[in-house]
Amino acid sequence: MNVSTPEIGIVTKTKNVRPKTKKELSVEMAVHNLNFFYGDNQVLFNNNIDIYKKQITAIIGPSGCGKSTHIRTYNRIFELYRNQRAVGEIIMSGQNILDSSVDPILLRRRIGMIFQKPSPFPMSIFDNIAYGLKINTTIGGSELAGRVEDALKRVALWDEVKDKLSDSGTDLSGGQQQRLCIARAIAIEPEILLMDEPCSAIDPIGTAKIEELMIDLKSLYTIVIVTHNMQQAARVSDYTAFFYEGHIIEFGETKQIFTNPQNQQTEDYITGRFG
Amino acid sequence: MQSSSLKTRMATDRLIKVIAVLSALIGLLALVWILVTVVGKGIGALDFKFFTELPTPPGMIGGGLVNAIVGTIIMTILAALIAIPIGLLAGTYLAEIGKGSRLADIIRMVNNILIGVPSIIVGIFVYALLVIPMRSFSGYAGAAALAVIMLPIVVRTTEDMLTLVPDSLRESALALGVSRWRTTFDVVFRAAKQGLMTGVLLAVARVSGETAPLLFTALNSAYWFDSLKEPVANLTVTIFNYAMSPYSDWQQKAWGASLLITMGVLFLTITARLIMKKQRKQA
Repeated sequence: MNVSTPEIGIVTKTKNVRPKTKKELSVEMAVHNLNFFYGDNQVLFNNNIDIYKKQITAIIGPSGCGKSTHIRTYNRIFELYRNQRAVGEIIMSGQNILDSSVDPILLRRRIGMIFQKPSPFPMSIFDNIAYGLKINTTIGGSELAGRVEDALKRVALWDEVKDKLSDSGTDLSGGQQQRLCIARAIAIEPEILLMDEPCSAIDPIGTAKIEELMIDLKSLYTIVIVTHNMQQAARVSDYTAFFYEGHIIEFGETKQIFTNPQNQQTEDYITGRFG
Repeated sequence: MQSSSLKTRMATDRLIKVIAVLSALIGLLALVWILVTVVGKGIGALDFKFFTELPTPPGMIGGGLVNAIVGTIIMTILAALIAIPIGLLAGTYLAEIGKGSRLADIIRMVNNILIGVPSIIVGIFVYALLVIPMRSFSGYAGAAALAVIMLPIVVRTTEDMLTLVPDSLRESALALGVSRWRTTFDVVFRAAKQGLMTGVLLAVARVSGETAPLLFTALNSAYWFDSLKEPVANLTVTIFNYAMSPYSDWQQKAWGASLLITMGVLFLTITARLIMKKQRKQA
């Protein structure tokens, strides 16, 4: 294996980045020594992080630092691609979800994901949400309609679309499409929501709505959001991890990361000196 | 110095433009010429009898080509029934399942070679494979030859159309706990629906005008066929035979048959274009 050694001496620090927290929080997901490879090219190095239950964890860092790659291991979506490989441990409910004995389909029912580009299915608005429910449950008829309505109400989209549920999901505006995708993900009631730069293709008004929604959803779900927008991380998250060149440089309470970062690189990034 | 080089450049620019426009006009002219001639000479042959009666013996005026019309339609449909499902699934393998694998690369290369194989070779191939063992020219052999021509076209367009579907859609479905095969059929196919339909229609249009592969397989016939185990009349070979005949009534019928096939192909192609246009509007 051709593992390139990083030029900056930051590898060893990842062990000491547990956040100092006063609150007693349970850990939903514990990542230990996670490494990731594109073919022979290693892009994540010994990532260690705890994702706390019903909190919002933001992952920040400059482009290409491995933020998205990192969360794409949580639901093993990277397995769609032949040459991608994750090594390490992601413990959820006492089980390493990277283990081949874990069924990725069952895993993904517990971990929803929202992508950078809104990607409604080429179906009606109703079916966009009903599809996941039909695949994952046996409910139908009026109960199905009720669940669809519920999901749309939770993302505050119901009033905008209730008269055109049979229109194509792709006819909605970008912000609406993204909320539809969030509704689609939460309709099957996962435990964790992964959001990979969910607002990067959305206008400011749409972004504000989605941020509001995230704070709303926090009471029900554990949320992990990747963002290149530091203001967004500061606004919505409880915890923040700073990634640089595949390493987790610093992880802690958002307030502390943004006001009193322990690491010089974190401080440089947050103050806009690079990235 | 500068201004003279500018002048040269502008002159060259104009020259290239003129040549390009002329070339386009020549291409268009050929097409229009064919259409005008075929319509002009063929329209007179298309009467009610043409579509309802069997051919007359050589030299006798009257009759029609109902057997050839029905024969062409049946063999084309049968070929489509064979080639479309196999082609769609093979294309799905290339775009979804085997993507990036060695086997897929080999299949893709072989398929591309198959697209370029002259249709008469396909006719001889099916002649050796089916006609000789069955000891008879047959409609089945004709349909098989058309299917062999259609298959690689459907495989190629299917792969192309599925590849156009962004990975974000696949990821969205998988992230929802949808299995790989359901993602392919429920989401990816649906997103590529118009493109797939276009590909299929163009493949049908392509084979409906083929003559060479039928010469060695379905042959042709002046009679009604009771089953596809016997030689089956078809429009393209009929055009060939009738156009070469000395009888002006047959020559006239060959023009009529040409017009019919041209219109059929034109209809399929235009339908395919309209479907594609709708797809683009949605995207």
